[in-house]
Amino acid sequence: MTALRVTQRNLWVYRRTWRGSVFGSFLTPLLYLGALGVGLGSFIAAQDDSALGGVTYLEFLGPGLLAATCMQTATFEATFPIMGKISWRRNYEAMLAAPLSVPDLVLGEMGWMAVRLTTISFAFLVVLTLFGIPTSPLAVLAWPLAVLTGLGFFTAIMAFTATQKNDSGFAALFRFVINPLFLFSGTFFPVDRLPDGIEFIAALTPLYHGVALIRGVMLQTPELANWPIHLGYLVVFLAVAMYLAHRLLFRRLVK
Amino acid sequence: MDPSRDGTRIKSRIGVVPQLDNLDAELTVLENLLMYARYFDIPGAEARRRADELLDFVQLTERAGDQVEPLSGGMKRRLTIARALINEPDLLLLDEPTTGLDPQARHLVWDRLYRLKSRGVTLVITTHYMDEAEQLCDRLVVMDHAKIVAQGSPRELIEEYSTREVLELRVTDTVRGSLDGRLDDLADRVEELPDRILLYAPDGEQALEQVHAREIPIESALVRRSTLEDVFLRLTGRSLIE
Repeated sequence: MTALRVTQRNLWVYRRTWRGSVFGSFLTPLLYLGALGVGLGSFIAAQDDSALGGVTYLEFLGPGLLAATCMQTATFEATFPIMGKISWRRNYEAMLAAPLSVPDLVLGEMGWMAVRLTTISFAFLVVLTLFGIPTSPLAVLAWPLAVLTGLGFFTAIMAFTATQKNDSGFAALFRFVINPLFLFSGTFFPVDRLPDGIEFIAALTPLYHGVALIRGVMLQTPELANWPIHLGYLVVFLAVAMYLAHRLLFRRLVK
Repeated sequence: MDPSRDGTRIKSRIGVVPQLDNLDAELTVLENLLMYARYFDIPGAEARRRADELLDFVQLTERAGDQVEPLSGGMKRRLTIARALINEPDLLLLDEPTTGLDPQARHLVWDRLYRLKSRGVTLVITTHYMDEAEQLCDRLVVMDHAKIVAQGSPRELIEEYSTREVLELRVTDTVRGSLDGRLDDLADRVEELPDRILLYAPDGEQALEQVHAREIPIESALVRRSTLEDVFLRLTGRSLIE
């Protein structure tokens, strides 16, 4: 249980900054849903809404944005702060000189990320509820599923960070991986609108499965029928990411 | 104990002071100690007692609530030493503990390390400062390009690799040109440097009298005791080690 020490350390640091962070957790969904869901959505409503499976654009967008926000937060937390602990401030060096091990670092950071994702997605779900978006009692499942989606990204990108000498790779990560995922994984429009080849690629990405699953439980759309595939994908993604994060961090810090 | 299996048990008995400080810049001075105590599973009340005691020991009690970043280099080093002591280690590893510190800060660190030594903590120190080694070490090992070239107590090393005293002479270039080996028999070893000539002799004053007796004109002369620095330079050479 020594991994909890790493989680606790992050909690101590967070005690000083939580106010701004909580404010942001509510502000982000408000801004996106206001501008895109309500604003842009009003144009889309005028057209044929059967393309979205019979839901309004605001309803379509909300659950997708929850998954995408978890991905983005997790990505940020797994890049610069983790790099700082590896090489700028060398927190991990100090932790490993104490009786902590690399698995403690991985699990401890994941534990803290899970706490953050839990609060962020809670705030997000509160805002979505205020907009009247959840139409199914299953919507409460969106909470743990959003945490699972974000945690997979956090752990995978932590593994990536462990391979980086400095932060120059992060710009490429955001530009060529995270932003395309954000735009093309079914958050803003159904992926079946994409050309077949690209649709196929989109359906292979982890965010696509997170979006599909969360939208499925919140709106009980037909996507819900494939829940074992989506959930299985996310679980395997997380497991592989954990294996890689442990291995690559060990190579970086110990070998 | 086997490091591959008993890593945790071994780490719980040693303290590490790295060359580059790796304090937690997002925590305060006191929190750095309390959190490090948590890593060793030291219970809260005991951690607090030790942290207060250690802050007092390294004279940082007044800075307990401050952030780490504005602290001076010497304060950070003392905090790092305090942190390394939070688990009451039997063995303390220090990598160049006073590099980059001003003289006051160095002496304070030396004083604290000396006290630890008298309490029975084993210190393993790597350093480039021979005065530091002379002050703190009972036994030292001289390394050159990753090879051990000599070992022993500071006194033994001086006796074995140097003379008791050193006579340092400064002469004009013309005098230097006309010396023609006239100093060689006055000392066990003569070393010509660009700015001075070193005569390694058992009795420096006597060697100096001989220089005067031979009417060799000198600009200045200094007799001093041999130091570990002489030993180190003799063993590893004067050229820069890159």
